[in-house]
Amino acid sequence: MPQHELILLKNMMQPSYTGSLQDYEKAGGYQAVRNTLGKVAPADVTTIVRKSGLRGRGGAGFPTGVKWGFLPKDYHGPRYLCCNADESEPGTFKDRQLMERDPHQVLEGIVLACYAIGAETAYIYIRGEMVLGSRILEQAINEARAAGYIGKNILGTGINADVWVHRGAGAYICGEETALLESLEGKRGLPRIKPPFPATHGLYNKPTVVNNVETLANLPHIMNRGAEWFAAIGSPPKSTGTRVFCVSGHVKRPGNYEVPMGITIRELVYEHAGGMRFDKPLKAIIPGGASAPFLTPGHLDVKLDFEHVATAGSMLGSGGVTVMEEGTSMVWAALRLMEFFYHESCGKCSPCREGSSWLVQTLRRILAKRGRMEDLETLLDLCKNIAGRTVCAFGDAEVAPIQSTLKHWRQEYVDLIHEAETANLIKPEPVARH
Amino acid sequence: MLRDKYQKEIDEILSRYPVRRSALIPLLYVAQRDQGYVSESAMQEIAKLLRLTPPQVYETVTFYTMFNLKPVGKFHIQVCKSLMCALVGSDTVIEWIKMKLGIAPGESTADGLFTLSAVECLAGCGTAPMMQINEDYYERLTEDKLDHILADLRSTGTSSLKTGPFMWPEPVNGKG
Repeated sequence: MPQHELILLKNMMQPSYTGSLQDYEKAGGYQAVRNTLGKVAPADVTTIVRKSGLRGRGGAGFPTGVKWGFLPKDYHGPRYLCCNADESEPGTFKDRQLMERDPHQVLEGIVLACYAIGAETAYIYIRGEMVLGSRILEQAINEARAAGYIGKNILGTGINADVWVHRGAGAYICGEETALLESLEGKRGLPRIKPPFPATHGLYNKPTVVNNVETLANLPHIMNRGAEWFAAIGSPPKSTGTRVFCVSGHVKRPGNYEVPMGITIRELVYEHAGGMRFDKPLKAIIPGGASAPFLTPGHLDVKLDFEHVATAGSMLGSGGVTVMEEGTSMVWAALRLMEFFYHESCGKCSPCREGSSWLVQTLRRILAKRGRMEDLETLLDLCKNIAGRTVCAFGDAEVAPIQSTLKHWRQEYVDLIHEAETANLIKPEPVARH
Repeated sequence: MLRDKYQKEIDEILSRYPVRRSALIPLLYVAQRDQGYVSESAMQEIAKLLRLTPPQVYETVTFYTMFNLKPVGKFHIQVCKSLMCALVGSDTVIEWIKMKLGIAPGESTADGLFTLSAVECLAGCGTAPMMQINEDYYERLTEDKLDHILADLRSTGTSSLKTGPFMWPEPVNGKG
């Protein structure tokens, strides 16, 4: 297996590394803050990040420097940075590791981002379940504040950047950036209609940037080693840098693997993650968290970067790669994911709120061998009427498992329905009239 | 009253935000830590503290699954049932717990020690099957491990099998 240079996981791969300020400084930590604050103009930091090609690691993959550039230049009131640490996308567990094992790397990224966008306050919105992570971050913030890297007048530069940890309370939707802002304001986490975008009307209606943990953790390295260095890693020009892929499911060695973008799914699954458990054939892959459409063994040579995965009909999303072996029922898998989306739908938009419930009921009926052929049309029709018809991207995400499994494994649905019809043990339920 | 008991902590929380309502979720956590759940009187008090109406507090608290509006067992076992965990046996984990404790998801043991919930993804997919008990994660579960955890909790109230700062796979000497 080719050895790749680790960037984000490098420190923590040393068995003696504790993630303390002392360890982080020893590994060269906070050099980027020292060399950037007051020495490189904030606008130049944005330019460097834009030139590096860094794209958001949370799911949408929006270019970070471009996002920062949307903030109004002539606005002199408060601005905010929110670190999106609400890692809730099924299949994803990288931010948890980045925060709990190397918290200062994330904090240094936050300070750099605050400086670039002119924010004096940053909130880390961490998912509520990660109690340990929030404690580790708070402790790291205290260390960094005492050492002058965070707070008022950082390192005597006159620049302020205070950082607070804000725990969520168990709502997947709060990873959506506008829902995150609503939640941070103490409200129900219902996504806002865009525009206006957070860049102009964000937290407390002030210019705000929301960046994912992994995105921010890349910033110290980009500032230390330059935009050109970063832009040459991975799959330039559109997918630069590494990704921490989270491999789960039926593999021998699940876990987090940091690799340059552009390696193939095959390499990630069979080399890094050790191949299939029990050496069974691979049946399906979800390449980017639960919101990403399923791919098939025919896609094993697809490169894991934004463009190639999109061309293959899925998305790189959050980097959560789930692998399923031969024998896994795709109808069952789609139902499990659909149950997740049904549970997590915030209820704001009717197509998503009602549609997710309807999809779950229909899938359950098919899986229980009480389905009928019309159900397949119902599924597709519902999907068509949810995607693109909701305030946020949740609607597009929730139809992905059904649409993609129906596309690649339609026969499994048909077989279950045929079994229902031929066995005729239980009379099919009457078709619902709506 | 929360105010008398946690004055310093509440003031510190309020100082983080330019708008009082932002302190709502943090204060609900204070209330839940105090009583094990968020009571109506706590909601009333928080509403006053933040100059909100009680319905404003209620509409927020009911959106978030981590707030218990009624008492739960001393140990709240939450097993992840999402696809990634289900692929490697989370349904079996739930069956084990059902057998060992005699409770189904949504139920508590008669002695008030354990409450079982089946929940959605907790970001431990690479170390599945997994569960959260109160504030701690327990991962790569086996039946043996589960027995140990339950015995530990009964006897000491905590278990050394909980996950520390997370990393998987763990770093290996001479590699990486």
